[in-house]
Amino acid sequence: MNSSSRYDVAIIGAGMSGLAAGIRLAHFGKRVCIFERHNAVGGLNGFYSTDGRKFDVGLHAMTNFVRPGVKGTPLTKLLRQLRIDREEFALCEQKQSRVAFGPRGETSLRFTNDFAVFESEVARAFPAQIDGFRALVAAIRAYDDVSLDAAPESARAIVRRHVSDPLLEDMLFCPVMYYGSATEHDMEFGQFVIMFKALFLEGFARPFDGVRVILRVLLEKYRAAGGERRMKCGVRRIVAQGGRAAVLVLDDGTEIVADHVISSIGLPETEKLIAEETTATSNADVGSAAMPAAAPGAHSFVETITILDRQPAALGWGDDTIVFFNDSARFDYACPREWVDIRSGVICFPNNFDYGPGRALPEGIFRITCLAKPGPWFAAADAEYRAAKTAWFADVARSARRFLPPVADADLAAATIATDMFTPRTIARYTGHVNGAIYGAPRKVRDGRTALSNLYLCGTDQGFLGITGAMLSGISMANYHILQKG
Amino acid sequence: MTKDECKKVVLDIIADIAPDEDLSNVKPDVRLRDQLQLDSMDFLDIVMELRKRHGIEVPEADYMQLASLDSCAEYLTPKFNALAAKG
Repeated sequence: MNSSSRYDVAIIGAGMSGLAAGIRLAHFGKRVCIFERHNAVGGLNGFYSTDGRKFDVGLHAMTNFVRPGVKGTPLTKLLRQLRIDREEFALCEQKQSRVAFGPRGETSLRFTNDFAVFESEVARAFPAQIDGFRALVAAIRAYDDVSLDAAPESARAIVRRHVSDPLLEDMLFCPVMYYGSATEHDMEFGQFVIMFKALFLEGFARPFDGVRVILRVLLEKYRAAGGERRMKCGVRRIVAQGGRAAVLVLDDGTEIVADHVISSIGLPETEKLIAEETTATSNADVGSAAMPAAAPGAHSFVETITILDRQPAALGWGDDTIVFFNDSARFDYACPREWVDIRSGVICFPNNFDYGPGRALPEGIFRITCLAKPGPWFAAADAEYRAAKTAWFADVARSARRFLPPVADADLAAATIATDMFTPRTIARYTGHVNGAIYGAPRKVRDGRTALSNLYLCGTDQGFLGITGAMLSGISMANYHILQKG
Repeated sequence: MTKDECKKVVLDIIADIAPDEDLSNVKPDVRLRDQLQLDSMDFLDIVMELRKRHGIEVPEADYMQLASLDSCAEYLTPKFNALAAKG
């Protein structure tokens, strides 16, 4: 059955965006095949198993949560577009999250899926700023964030028109940047709006069994709609002819022809597929003179995972779902000078979603994400790499624990039954993203167009962020470039 | 096909693409957009489901003909009947 070499649409990458695009296209009768180099689906939002435990990659929480009955938001749009009943995702809401700044988290803003909580926290901690904050929120609500051709503006500049206290400004940027910014220090305002809405105006939720629930639903829809997929079968190169993607050459040498190609693997990564095998005479085909090669994202992340023999609350860590922390005078979201920047980060306790009475994850999970510099992680020889992981694991945990209620080292050690850590190198190995840059290239291509007329981007580098954004990206690009054209 | 049957076809499609909408009191003479939360993505889906399920083509220039149930019936019923006549 998987022997065809001709499709209406070929999709590169079986992450959230590629699967969502595939569902749309297959549902409307296109012959579509997804090519995935890895042996598992999910891409930047996948999961893996070690010692019988399943670990989510990427997903701390599904953002954009809204309760049933709330319409017109990204979650509702994607459920409708993919014909998914919201019960299928079985989303459970967060308990509460915090942004904690200062050497010990002295300034803290709590938030939940009820925006009034966050607003009252801002009013309490920053009474002089609340009017400006409200004006900012009004501007965010009014912004058309799904426009495919909005002119880029600095989010810092717009936020400063309303918020004059740099501490509050940084406390707003920290969660928003950690959950989606491919650029350092500042973001494009449209991207800021997407993430602000996703985190604060909408909210966090998680299926009890994590990201694999969402992937299972997507896979089932895709299969039922008649979509094909080929795993462990990456696309090695895109042969350009006459300004079009004429042929895809797979890792095993098979050639595939498709009327349209959607690539979810990132802009520089996609360009590399075209450029690498393009001979001097056919350089004109890829328009390389007109469009400079896209720069990959400069920063990546490490994540530490600690498995506990009890719920984090039982250890004394309370019921925070996510804690965004920063210990310094300013929040510095940039590629670190060292391997990891432990001054700021994100703590996630997947246990602390409201799974219903008597329902708890079987083990405690304590995850910490910090900014990482890709270079050293890639350059290290194996022994040095392993030693760095061990050393930085301890530093990251020590830094993050300053923002949680104190737990004695001995108690934590006694409760710990397993640990794991992923680095920029891990991310690059499993997703193919240059530098392990989770949020992709700094320059986003909102309309998904590339130098080739029938090759479009979806996913991270198209620029709808978060896992809901990833799915909407696939949907939007399939609609805009293929389905609307009949 | 009668105009009422045609309206039923459109309502069935809306029920599938927007299961979270209450369709029990849709007024046929009022714009769908004014009584239901349907955006441009949803309208595209109505057009595409008409093509997928019934082989009816609605060119982009005619999208405004789908504004209300009444206008849908006016515009689509002849298309359904022409298709049926062709057999």
